[in-house]
Amino acid sequence: MASLTATRVLAPVGTAGKLFAFALDVLRGLFRRPFQLREFIQQAWFIASVTIIPTALVAIPFGAVIALQAGGLIKQFGAQSFTGSASVLAVVREAGPIATALLIAGAGGSAIAADLGARKIREELDAMMVLGIDPIQRLVVPRVLACMLVAVFLNGLVSVVGVAGGYVFNVIMQGGTPGAYIASFTALAQLPDVWQGLAKALVFGMIAAIVASYMGMNAGGGPKGVGDAVNLSVVITFLLLFLVNFVMSAIYFQLVPPKTG
Amino acid sequence: MGVDVTIEGLTKSFGKQLIWKDVTLTLPAGEISVMLGPSGTGKSVLLKSLIGLIKPDAGSVVIEGVDIASCSEKQLYEVRKLFGVLFQDGAMFGSMNLFDNVAFPLREHTRKSESEIRRIVMEKMDLVGLIGAEYKLPGEISGGMRKRAGLARALVLDPEILLIDEPDSGLDPVRTSFINQLFVDLNAQIDATFLIVTHDIHSVRVVPDNIGLLYHKHLAMYGPREMLLSSDEPVVRQFLNAQTIGPIGMSEEKDADQLAAERDLDLPPLPPIPLQLEPSSGIPRRSQRPPGEWCRLHGVTPPPGSFRADSALVTTGVGGA
Repeated sequence: MASLTATRVLAPVGTAGKLFAFALDVLRGLFRRPFQLREFIQQAWFIASVTIIPTALVAIPFGAVIALQAGGLIKQFGAQSFTGSASVLAVVREAGPIATALLIAGAGGSAIAADLGARKIREELDAMMVLGIDPIQRLVVPRVLACMLVAVFLNGLVSVVGVAGGYVFNVIMQGGTPGAYIASFTALAQLPDVWQGLAKALVFGMIAAIVASYMGMNAGGGPKGVGDAVNLSVVITFLLLFLVNFVMSAIYFQLVPPKTG
Repeated sequence: MGVDVTIEGLTKSFGKQLIWKDVTLTLPAGEISVMLGPSGTGKSVLLKSLIGLIKPDAGSVVIEGVDIASCSEKQLYEVRKLFGVLFQDGAMFGSMNLFDNVAFPLREHTRKSESEIRRIVMEKMDLVGLIGAEYKLPGEISGGMRKRAGLARALVLDPEILLIDEPDSGLDPVRTSFINQLFVDLNAQIDATFLIVTHDIHSVRVVPDNIGLLYHKHLAMYGPREMLLSSDEPVVRQFLNAQTIGPIGMSEEKDADQLAAERDLDLPPLPPIPLQLEPSSGIPRRSQRPPGEWCRLHGVTPPPGSFRADSALVTTGVGGA
């Protein structure tokens, strides 16, 4: 009985360990030749096609909400001329990577998990291994790289659309002045903010693709197993991404001092 | 020309559930062997541990001096090039058409020109009777065609060992007979070592040179076809003749009450041993033995009516014999 409880308690640790081992396998696979260029391009195109429109649609209200919240608050302080700055800061530093994470995990990751899970239960992955081909190198590595690439572009898309959405809401709904909004862009925000956004997107893309691939490749027990794998992969990716986002933000604030002025 | 597969002391369990213990057998080079057993006795697990997809807990699987159970990942990928494997549903890659599926191993492992690949693929497609369907996607064809396509892909690298997982599941009796004939013809042509996992006893009675029976977490018996078909061992007898009387119950093993109730019942007589399937070319396979040879050599009297040309038909009526 005691050992049964211990097994149950330790099971998540085992899963975490296996996930990490899988991630190391993928990292090793990144440097193995031949690189699957065709698969990479196909996957990048596929992930982009399932994420671009939802991302843009999510980014508009995201920018608007920030503009509404920050705009209202700033008005009370009497610092309307900084609305644009606050909006850029929030969108580029946090909203961009978070929206990217949601979409990459929700749309891209679930598609990857479903695809690999279906291949797993149809024994396609076994067949591939038997034909002497490592599915990690052949299937997972191109997906991870494609996800990272697309995540970086999505992050840029969210930033642009979010800032534009904020501008529209600030100027039209809150009666802000266009000139002040744009002029204050660089008052608080700085170039490293963009870099850290890109770095976050890269890491998020990698985590989302690795978790989704792991869950898909370890799906079991028929079609229901695939559904479970997709579900788990989205939940676990969300947990990890929000955690990593917090850690990366904390490190960023230690490394780059906030701009004063 | 086919290679030996030597399995020794193989043991596997998932968690606390033992699958089988101490399985020891040798698949002789170039011969057709069949592994059968009631559902859920780990036949597919055995097949997967032969190719290193599942690591056994103990024991060894030696092929050309390499132990699959303990060799490195790199050696494993090398040894696997000797294998052709036909999975239950064919395991075709869903995103590629049949031609690309069959060409896949050639494109990944060889530097052959596209025209040469085309020639080899068409040859294999012709062998399994799929000419005309090569540009269909696996989702668009029937289960039987998917199996045959899987077989074409398994054959494309000229394997020394062919592993076949339940070739008859989901096939109608006619297609099953065709695919059995195909296996015999293939063995005559390429002389590879065959291992077929199945529980279709009709195929088992006529196709293989050797039969193995997995039952109750161990290998109950393994040997030449005639040895098992003429065996009086209760488990073997019950399974090969599809009878309800015997030690095998609905849930793996019968309990004492059920066995006691059956004690006085007479076992039905053994049905005659049918002739083995001949290659359709008429030229005997290299590993084929004359009918009745094993029985003669070992002083076993085969059941009456065995080895007659018409006895192949009798097997369909096993239960009532």
